[in-house]
Amino acid sequence: MRELIWLIPLIPLLSSVTLMLAGSRLPRLVIGIAGVGSVGFAALLTLVTGIDFMANPEPFQLTLWTWMQVGSFAPGVAFYFDGLTLVMMSVITGVGFLIHLFSTEFMERDESYARYFAYLNMFVAAMLVLVMADNLLLLYLGWEGVGVCSYLLVGFWYQNSANGQAARKAFIVTRIGDTAMALGLFLLFTELGTLDIQAMVGIANETWQVGDNVALIACLLLLAGAVGKSAQLPLHTWLPDAMAGPTPVSALIHAATMVTAGVYLIARTHGLFLLAPEAMMAVAVIGIATTLMAAFTALMQSDIKRILAYSTISQIGYMFLALGVGAWTAGIFHLMTHAFFKALLFLGSGAIIHCLHHEHNIFKMGGLRTRMPVTFWSFMIGSAALAALPMTSGFFSKDQILLQAYQMPGMGPWLWLAGLLGALLTAIYSFRLVFVVFFGAAKTEPDKDTGWRMALPLTVLCGLSLIGGYFIIPVQDVFPVGSADHPAHWVEYVSISVPLFGVLLAYLIFHTGQLKVDSLVNSRIGQTLRQFWLSGWGIDWLYDRLFVRPYYSLSGMLKSEPVDAIYGLIVAINQTFNHWLSAAQTGRMRWYIVSMVFGLVVLLTLALQISSEVL
Amino acid sequence: MDGLNIPLNHILLVSSLLFAIGMMGLMIRRNIIFILMSLEVMLNSAALAFVAAGAHWGQPDGQIVFMLILTVAAAEVAVGLGLVLQVQKRFKTLDMDHANRMRG
Repeated sequence: MRELIWLIPLIPLLSSVTLMLAGSRLPRLVIGIAGVGSVGFAALLTLVTGIDFMANPEPFQLTLWTWMQVGSFAPGVAFYFDGLTLVMMSVITGVGFLIHLFSTEFMERDESYARYFAYLNMFVAAMLVLVMADNLLLLYLGWEGVGVCSYLLVGFWYQNSANGQAARKAFIVTRIGDTAMALGLFLLFTELGTLDIQAMVGIANETWQVGDNVALIACLLLLAGAVGKSAQLPLHTWLPDAMAGPTPVSALIHAATMVTAGVYLIARTHGLFLLAPEAMMAVAVIGIATTLMAAFTALMQSDIKRILAYSTISQIGYMFLALGVGAWTAGIFHLMTHAFFKALLFLGSGAIIHCLHHEHNIFKMGGLRTRMPVTFWSFMIGSAALAALPMTSGFFSKDQILLQAYQMPGMGPWLWLAGLLGALLTAIYSFRLVFVVFFGAAKTEPDKDTGWRMALPLTVLCGLSLIGGYFIIPVQDVFPVGSADHPAHWVEYVSISVPLFGVLLAYLIFHTGQLKVDSLVNSRIGQTLRQFWLSGWGIDWLYDRLFVRPYYSLSGMLKSEPVDAIYGLIVAINQTFNHWLSAAQTGRMRWYIVSMVFGLVVLLTLALQISSEVL
Repeated sequence: MDGLNIPLNHILLVSSLLFAIGMMGLMIRRNIIFILMSLEVMLNSAALAFVAAGAHWGQPDGQIVFMLILTVAAAEVAVGLGLVLQVQKRFKTLDMDHANRMRG
């Protein structure tokens, strides 16, 4: 079985190529079967491999061929399989399969049905290459592959130019991080002589002491790549706009898998990060800052998908916090549970949008509890997991992160407090969404309820969001074991009760209305804050002023090609002379003769003048 | 030969006059036949200057060059008249300004 893992990314890729070449000629049923079936088959293979691996948990490596050979640089097309890979692959193929199934109903009226599944399958293939890669170069191939697919799918409805704008933004902003990451790979190769991840970490441990400056720079460059891909501060601005794509795409790419690639990268290269404590500190600080920033912003949004997008940014912030404090297992665990409940929430919002004539504004929904029961329960369970209410999957993972953050020497308790504030905000904004959308008076009537292809993935994801916390992920051999001692019990109790308090607040404010916040919101400072948070802390505005507009004005200046003007001048002078001289070429012989005679007279006069002076 | 002793300067003056007349003709005439005639006049003015100079210094070179010029003139006329015929045939005119096809 282990020799066949190369089939797992290959099958979706083949399906993608087929759909690209022949998709427009195939009937919809065949397209759906190819698109969903290929990912389903990959999921099945992953399951079989996983069972095999659990029986004999020995990491293994599979080299297919040497990609290229330049001197000592010989990256192979090689896969590495261990517990971390298995977790990532299960999430990608498992959640991916459910989302593909959901898409068949969501996109059933779309005319570009085949193109959609071609992109989505290619994304799954690229993402699998990313997590299975044995060396950083192959990982980078997958990394860029998912970036391209994200671009294509965000701009899927390209007839609307705003969607194209969002796609370009997503591509360009992540490209900034990717460039830094490429530089990091160059640096690692020049310093360590290999990009093979396992070998590299070994060599790094021999070459560098803890706190080495080169290790720090390399880790910071990798971190920049992760920050771009995972939409963390300061490169997070693309993710809310990326919601322009179809909702299942947001669920798969912009919630469950691609945006967590940065978390995977740092977890995979944790051996390097352990050599650079300052870089780990940077990871933790970026994570917690992003968590809070995005949580405040999510509190103010009214577009259902933007709320979820900011929530995703915020939750990935938690994963970064976990990685930064060395809680690798907790970070990956949260990655997995987040994939379950955030995919659930996104698919639920997709079902609402699908049945409510593409309505995105939560204040125009309301009262959907009885009309769309499956979606309602999906949202209840998803939001409970997102808010980390006890016994849900999100509770187990987030609780671990917070407790381990507390234990971090130095600023641990502060990180814990900030994380708690984030958890409180998470509970408020997620249940604000539930109360506004599903309770109260109905404002828009759904024209249909979800079909089975939507209901089934929602139900399965509901189950996973509930029980996902009891899974034990097989990464104990991948990561170093953290400290086993637990912090004081009161820390744990506070961590549990804060989300409950948040839900209570949301209930009082948004459902019963017993807690009046209008006067607070309508005060001057309240309005200012509201605007500030609504605009995502003005970061888009700031970037627009700092980068986009100067760039546009610069390109406006360069449009007239000022450097070429110098050469243009030479051309212009030559053309002028040419014009004058060609005016003399009249073809009138008498004119030539007259000019010859005139010239002769002038020359003779001069010659006589000179000779008389000389003599 | 002694009785007819014309000073060299006079002959050169006549030669220059002929040259100037020929050149004027070249410049102001439009008919190709007159242009050719003007060319002949200019050639002959040069030949006259050669002959006169040869006689003045008692050298045969001047007459030899005269013979050469005569030949050149004959050849030129032969070619030139051939061209005139062609021009007449093609453009139905002998006016050189009308035969101009250049667009400078």
